[in-house]
Amino acid sequence: MQRTTQPVDIERIQTFMAVRRAARPARRAAFSLALPLVAFLLVAFVAPILYLLVTAVDNPETQSVLPRTLAALEGWDGTSTPDEPVFAALAADLKQAKEDSTAALVGKRLNYEIPGMRSKMLAASRMAAGLETGPYREKFLEQGGIWADPATWAVIQRNGAGLTPYYLMTAVDLKQAPTGGIERVAPDQAIFLPVLGRTLLVAGMVTALTLILGYPVAYVLTIAPKTIAAVMMLMVLLPLWTSLLVRTTAWVVLLQSDGVINSVLMALHLTTEKIQLIFTRVGTVTAMTHIQLPFTILPIYSVMRAIQPTQLRAARSLGAGPTSAFWRIYAPQTLPGVVAGCLMTFILSLGYYITPALVGGPQDQMVSNFIAVYINRDLNWGLAAALGVVLLLVTLAIYGLFLRLVGADKIKLG
Amino acid sequence: MASMQTGTHAGGRSSDALVRFTQVKKSYDGIHYVVKDLNLDVAKGEFLTMLGPSGSGKTTTLMMLGGFERPTLGQIMLDGKPVERLPPEKRNIGFVFQNYALFPHMTVAENVGFPLRYRGIKGEAAREKVARALGRVSLEAMGDRRPAQLSGGQQQRVALARALVFEPSLVLMDEPLGALDKQLRERMQIEIKHLQTSLGITMVYVTHDQSEALTMSDRIAVFHDGRIQQLADPKTLYNAPENRFVAGFIGENNTMPCTLVGHENGLAVVRMADGSILKSAGAAQASAGGDLSLSVRPENIAQADGQPAPGTNLFSGTVTEVFFLGDHLRLSVTAFAGQAVTARIPVSAARGFKPGETVHLSCNAADCRLLEG
Repeated sequence: MQRTTQPVDIERIQTFMAVRRAARPARRAAFSLALPLVAFLLVAFVAPILYLLVTAVDNPETQSVLPRTLAALEGWDGTSTPDEPVFAALAADLKQAKEDSTAALVGKRLNYEIPGMRSKMLAASRMAAGLETGPYREKFLEQGGIWADPATWAVIQRNGAGLTPYYLMTAVDLKQAPTGGIERVAPDQAIFLPVLGRTLLVAGMVTALTLILGYPVAYVLTIAPKTIAAVMMLMVLLPLWTSLLVRTTAWVVLLQSDGVINSVLMALHLTTEKIQLIFTRVGTVTAMTHIQLPFTILPIYSVMRAIQPTQLRAARSLGAGPTSAFWRIYAPQTLPGVVAGCLMTFILSLGYYITPALVGGPQDQMVSNFIAVYINRDLNWGLAAALGVVLLLVTLAIYGLFLRLVGADKIKLG
Repeated sequence: MASMQTGTHAGGRSSDALVRFTQVKKSYDGIHYVVKDLNLDVAKGEFLTMLGPSGSGKTTTLMMLGGFERPTLGQIMLDGKPVERLPPEKRNIGFVFQNYALFPHMTVAENVGFPLRYRGIKGEAAREKVARALGRVSLEAMGDRRPAQLSGGQQQRVALARALVFEPSLVLMDEPLGALDKQLRERMQIEIKHLQTSLGITMVYVTHDQSEALTMSDRIAVFHDGRIQQLADPKTLYNAPENRFVAGFIGENNTMPCTLVGHENGLAVVRMADGSILKSAGAAQASAGGDLSLSVRPENIAQADGQPAPGTNLFSGTVTEVFFLGDHLRLSVTAFAGQAVTARIPVSAARGFKPGETVHLSCNAADCRLLEG
């Protein structure tokens, strides 16, 4: 073939290499500019999410505190009270646990699944520390029926695995039946699905309200004279420049029973008695709507600004009345902004914490508030992480749904 | 106005006017008038162009006719009925906008079919009309495309088809060719003109491009400073501008200050700045005493040779610059004591000019105009 017989054009290759060499510092400089952000994202975003995912299924307590017991349980039939060797192993484990002060750790973990297990475990470890020789079985059985119950041993055995679905299942109100299957928790014990539903409902209400209030504002912003538009834009942006906590606290003041809103309503004789606003759903949604308005308005505004004013004029000249021209010509073209704004507000609203905590009542606490409770008060990080995972999955699912419904090209965030 | 009677479609206050502006004024702030005392008739079947620089009031006039602006004072009649308060959708006027204003979320066919929806035309009848309208602008195959998938010229045609599909008697166009390149613009000018004559539509066209106006129009209204400066057919406008603005705006013109000294054989006799005497047509409009200018187009200035015919002005000047432009030379000359004069000399008639040398030039008195100001 001719091509193979052609002499290699050294000069061209050298030129090519020279060009690449010359461009290298620029490429390196460009990459190194992005490097700090990449590093920051890895440390501050990717790593915590991975940690969250791991924490939601991590289950080290039983494995590390009761290794001998777990080994002895391997031959257990699962339906009767275990025999002496298992109790001997448990006594050995607990003796060690007493020395290491780890009995409370495994007690707390098992207590999630067997109420009262924490104190039983502590008592048993104290007893085991005083025992020199067996037989251990009777001693433990004297401590209480819980040690005779095969269900207790089933839970211990199940938690011998390093990973557990327990937290994730709890986060969606499921539990493991004694038979090993998965079942719903009793309706009166179901907490998290109602909380998730409430979170979605509040986020939906806030999104709808910001859209209803924000859409006309965005429109006026696009048609107002420059000076007026600038002032309006300032008013839209002002909440963004104020601390979330300050704004929420301001709402707490306003919504008080003796607060400004009630005083004004009564002064205007619109009501004869004080209305309960603070610690209600109305208060929560009002405060959240105020905070979220800019997030809905700005994407809509940026899309509206790109729509030529002649679009409406053209529609009118062709025979459409003002209403028809708006719905058929203008509104469809604002859709990318509406979707982007609503998506932003909805997703941000799903994660609200401070506002429901300060302005809302017990019935307005959202998933985030429960996450905070499990992290700060109950120190149940596994469940907190599991709730976080559920929230993350719901958010991703909604984002995916939006994408599917309107298409990725229909979402315009800037 | 004298020139109104010279138009191919005599305007005046005839009864066949489709559009009639009577003493229309428009002000946005109550202090400045964008349109000052506008009186204008547009005859049925006429192609009338409103020509002028930006801010001259031409677009505001068009918008008032389209129903997007309301006149501050005065009356607009459409087909014998006052329409100042009629919203645009009730006027049945086709409108082609500068940026086409095609609806990006609809296909070409949906765009063109849009006005039919409001006229109760549905189904097969609508499809037929859309197909015919698209055929008229040679876009039959493009019905399923989105406007963004079309070239600028094609988008322009869609806008045209959309404005014509409901068979309006009047079509307004606001600089519709402004975004196209020169070649395409010239082709579209001819296409639009063909459509207008073959369909017998009345068209009011706004542009700031004088060659576009000259190519397409039956009559041209030159706007400046909120007023019509001159309303005439293209030929009259070009050959007999009535004032300095029109003379300067339409084509190129040398305007040179002068004073009127008398009349001779229907021609005005004027004295130039350097004292030389020239003759000019258009004396009727000139009143002695006021500031006057002599106006002559560069192509009407020739190189003086041999014995001049009677009624020919002769003058000389110093060449400052010479440009070669293919078919002609563009000669910049200083004459009449410092006055810059431009002449277009056909290459065939030109000899080698050099900057600094003295040339003798001539222009026919009939090609000169005497203008006020």
